Amino acid sequence: MAKPKIATAALSGCFGCHMSLLDIDERILQLFELVDFDKSPIDDIKEFTGPVDVGIIEGGCCNEENVENLRKFRQYCKVLVSIGDCATTGGVPSLRNMVPLEECLREAYFDGPSVYNPSGEMPSDEALPLLLDKVYPCHEIVKIDYHLPGCPPPADTLWEALVALLSDKPVELPYSLIKYD
Amino acid sequence: MNQPVTFFIDGQVIQGQPGQTILEAAQDARVYIPRLCYREGLSNFGACRVCTVLVNDKPVAACTTPITEGMMIENDTERVQNYRKDLIDMLFVEGNHFCMFCEKSGNCELQALAYRFRIPAPKYLFQFPQREIDASHPDIFIDRNRCILCGRCVRASKELDGKNVFQFVGRGTEKRIAVNADQLSDTDAVVTDQAMDACPVGAILKKHIGYTIPVGKRVYDHQPIGADIEDSAVASDT
Repeated sequence: MAKPKIATAALSGCFGCHMSLLDIDERILQLFELVDFDKSPIDDIKEFTGPVDVGIIEGGCCNEENVENLRKFRQYCKVLVSIGDCATTGGVPSLRNMVPLEECLREAYFDGPSVYNPSGEMPSDEALPLLLDKVYPCHEIVKIDYHLPGCPPPADTLWEALVALLSDKPVELPYSLIKYD
Repeated sequence: MNQPVTFFIDGQVIQGQPGQTILEAAQDARVYIPRLCYREGLSNFGACRVCTVLVNDKPVAACTTPITEGMMIENDTERVQNYRKDLIDMLFVEGNHFCMFCEKSGNCELQALAYRFRIPAPKYLFQFPQREIDASHPDIFIDRNRCILCGRCVRASKELDGKNVFQFVGRGTEKRIAVNADQLSDTDAVVTDQAMDACPVGAILKKHIGYTIPVGKRVYDHQPIGADIEDSAVASDT
C-alpha cells in the first residue's frame, strides 16, 4: 500500500512552525517512514504531483499569492490543518490590520526612519504579489479541518496531531498541548 | 440561624446559604462555573456572561442570580458549555489579542478559559478594531486592544481603592474604559492600587516587570483555570 502523502506550505509567517516540525527530533525518521512528502519546503518540491492526504499550512494570508497557494492546498489536500498563530489568528503580521494599508506602505517606503529610497518610488512590479487590505487567518479564506495553535505549536503538538491524522483518529490534544504562545 | 437553601446543579443536590449567588454557592460546593468579570471581594456585575447557566431552561448569569429553594440549574452540559465557548470566541475576535507576545500570556484568565474549553481557533471573523493605548503613567500601562470590558478595574478602583480612576464611556461597539482625567498620569492612580491587579487580561499592566515568570511556571501552564475549585481529578490532563 502506498504511504500517505503530506504537503506543507509557509504563507505569511516566519517559518518557525516548520522549525518546530523539525524539532520532533529523531521522530523525523519515523515520520519519513510513515509518509511521503509532496509539495513542501522540506523536500523542495514546488508543485503538487497529485492528491495529498494531509496538508499543513503555516502562516496567514497577507497577499494574493498566499490566497492562491492556500486555495490550491484546499483543492489538493483531503485534510487541511492550519498550524501556528499566524494561520489561526493572523498572528504578528496582522498587527498591520489596525493601520490602513496605504499608511503601512508609506511608512515602509517613504516615512520610516531607516528608509533610503532616492527614487521616491513605491515598488510596483507584476512579479510582486499584491497585498491584501488586511492579513487574514486561513480559515477566513478556505475551510480548515483542524487548527493547531501556538507560536510555534510545540513539536509534541504537531507530532501527536500528525500521528492521530495518519491513523484516522480524531485529533484530541491534552490541555498541556493547546497553547497560544 | 439561617435555613440552608437546597438546589440542584445538573441533578446534583447542593445546599447553600440564603442570599448567595448561584456562582458562590456552587463554588462552596466545589462546582466550578466559568467566569471572567466576577472577582471575589468586588460587587457582582454580570458583564461577561461567561458564567451563564440555565435556570428553568432560561439563561441567567450565575454571578448575579441568587439561589432559591428547589432551583434546577443546568451547568456542565454541552448546550451551556457551547454558549460559553461562543462568548469566549467573541471576546477574542472583538479585541486585538496577540497572545504570542503578550506579557499576560500564561496568567491570562481569558486565554486560560480558551485553553480549558480547548478552543484551537475562534470560529468568528476577526474584527481588528482600532483601540487606544495609554502609556502616560510611569508605572502603569493601559492597552485597550486587550480590554474585554469586564469592569473589574472600575469596581476595584471604586470599591477597594476608594478612587474611581476607571469608568466606562460610550455605548455598544464604541464602549471603552476611560480614566477620570485626560490620561492616566493625570489621575491619582498608583501602581499599588488594587485596581491594577484586578484585570483578568493584559489590558492593565505594571511597567518594568514584564515576562518575570518563565514559560512552564505560569499560573495556567499546566493546570486549567478553575481546577483549584473543583476536585482536582475533574479537570486535569486527559
